[in-house]
Amino acid sequence: MVSKKFSMRAAAAGVAVLALGLSACSSGGDDDNTADPGSSSSEGSGGGDTISVGFSQVGSESGWRAANTKSIQESLTKENGFDLKFSDAQQKQENQIQAIRSYIAQGVKYIAFSPVVETGWDAVLQEAKAANIPVILTDRAVDTQDKTLYKTFIGSDFVEEGKRIGEWVNENVATEPINVVELQGTTGSAPAIDRKQGFEDATKSNTNVKIIASQTGDFTRDGGKKVMEGFLQANPDIDLVYAHNDDMALGAIEAIEAAGKVPGKDIKIVSIDGVKDGMQALADGKINYIVECNPLLGPDLADIIKTLDSGGTVEPRIVTHDDAFDQAAAKEALPTRQY
Amino acid sequence: MTGLAQLTRHRLFWPIVALVVLLLASTLKSHTFLEITVRDGHLYGAPIDIVRRSSITLLVALGMTLVIATRGIDLSVGAVMAIAGAVTLTQIASSPDPGAISTVALAMLTGLAVCLAIGVFNGFLVAVLGIQPIIATLVIMTAGRGIAMLITGGQITTVTSAPYKTLASGYWLGLPVAALIAGFFFAAVAFVTRRTALGVLIESVGINPTASRLAGVRARTIIWTVYVLCALFACIAGFLQSSNIMAADSNNAGLFIELDAILAVVIGGTSLAGGKFSLTGTLVGVLVLTTLTLSITVLGIPVNAVSLFKALVVIVVCLLQSPVVQHKLRARRRQAAPVPVEVPA
Repeated sequence: MVSKKFSMRAAAAGVAVLALGLSACSSGGDDDNTADPGSSSSEGSGGGDTISVGFSQVGSESGWRAANTKSIQESLTKENGFDLKFSDAQQKQENQIQAIRSYIAQGVKYIAFSPVVETGWDAVLQEAKAANIPVILTDRAVDTQDKTLYKTFIGSDFVEEGKRIGEWVNENVATEPINVVELQGTTGSAPAIDRKQGFEDATKSNTNVKIIASQTGDFTRDGGKKVMEGFLQANPDIDLVYAHNDDMALGAIEAIEAAGKVPGKDIKIVSIDGVKDGMQALADGKINYIVECNPLLGPDLADIIKTLDSGGTVEPRIVTHDDAFDQAAAKEALPTRQY
Repeated sequence: MTGLAQLTRHRLFWPIVALVVLLLASTLKSHTFLEITVRDGHLYGAPIDIVRRSSITLLVALGMTLVIATRGIDLSVGAVMAIAGAVTLTQIASSPDPGAISTVALAMLTGLAVCLAIGVFNGFLVAVLGIQPIIATLVIMTAGRGIAMLITGGQITTVTSAPYKTLASGYWLGLPVAALIAGFFFAAVAFVTRRTALGVLIESVGINPTASRLAGVRARTIIWTVYVLCALFACIAGFLQSSNIMAADSNNAGLFIELDAILAVVIGGTSLAGGKFSLTGTLVGVLVLTTLTLSITVLGIPVNAVSLFKALVVIVVCLLQSPVVQHKLRARRRQAAPVPVEVPA
């Protein structure tokens, strides 16, 4: 029924579609004065005494990531002595590898990136090492035997974040027996595994803390709401919700309110991230405690590169400073928050 | 015996069994599962949650049923939902009075207009240019989220607006508004396709577009219409979804819902090859999927086993529905009696 000519046309349309989709995505992703490595390659390795840096971002999947991107772009400016080449990988490892290769070909002085996944980086990092370009990891780590492949890893300690939540719960809520439900992040992701681990470590010795249910809400508001509705049906006596990020906590608030209970009072909520909406809910008394996961890595990254460039050395693991907020602190901090 | 055999042969028998089993299992685990109470002046309980949650998937699956009946498919529904939420919430957020009904109505009209334009575009590609539906709707599926991200500036847009919140979280006469909206459109589509000739025309186009055209059916108009309807229903689903969390999350709104909708349609017994369709079947399919999701939480399935559990339930239902498996099962039951040699389907 379908002629050959027709299917050829359909295939051509399909290819056009994919191209269209990709370009639309990238324009959606980097709406802040970003340039992909291809378009900025004409500038070469930068003129004068600026330090050329290639940065490959994971993508623009969340408000956290948007703040992270902005921080890096605002820190590594021409005025501060940098020539930043920025690319958005749209959550694809092959895009990141391609971007890093193009940075190597352009002969940048430093490469920094947030690896989208933990494994599969050895080959491209070897190439960077062979070209004598130091690599700095931000936000997420890579899983490799050869620690000489990168200079340093700067980012939050997810286990520590979970631990701090657990310690706050021990001191402030778990003075009597409580039932805890946990909204986990995306199954298998490093923050989900580590934040679960940290909380369990901190509360393991406290017999008052009983985790009665734990399910994944995929780090999204809708996921958090959906799972929380189920929890409320299955368990009549929930005292505390531990959400692995603010978005799921915000979803849980909706579900708790729909069940006729008061979030923050009848059911207490603790979460991690400190994005704007989460902080607002904290200030409004609907969340009880938030441990921040700081996305503003730009200034630290700039310092590290300057140190390396002047011949200094840096620690192989740099943990960023994360604040923690209770309701009073949130009210105070909210007006000056950058993200 | 023959009555029972006929019953098990009905295409909705196994999906309904799956639904009942899931409800029973959840009730065994949590005894108050099926209990409906009145809380804050409206009905509350797991069955209400299921009905309310189903409304989003039902709307999408409703449009998908019509599209599939014309031998097509619409992969763009999830992206249309994201765009509907992005357009509407951005407009509400930027207005001086987000709580006013007029603001919300105007914003929703804008959202509807954008989604209808997408539906017209999809229909044009399929009905006029003759591009295969799976490729044609892939345009918006891939580009749509990018468009939604452009509209929201890559952020999750949050609004506070009481009228908009009513859509997903409100109650009217004790019943969830979302379910009433989905129910209304379900009834409307059922009425129009079963009480007028439209249903038959859609089926005839799905069975043989060329023959239908030669017989005087305006196949092109019908195909175009179902894509517009599908985008319209996806748009309303997008309103409900964004109202549910009061935020436009362009990355995650309606993510993979096209697959859920297609699955619901198939569980409901509508063939992907087009032709005969069953709206009741789609409704049952949607209820099975929603109940499955809720019972995973209630039953406390370990996080790492969730995908496997879902897949197992779906594959068992599909297997039991398969004509070959049904035939084999019947043959075994009749083993004792002399059976004439039958050719497997």
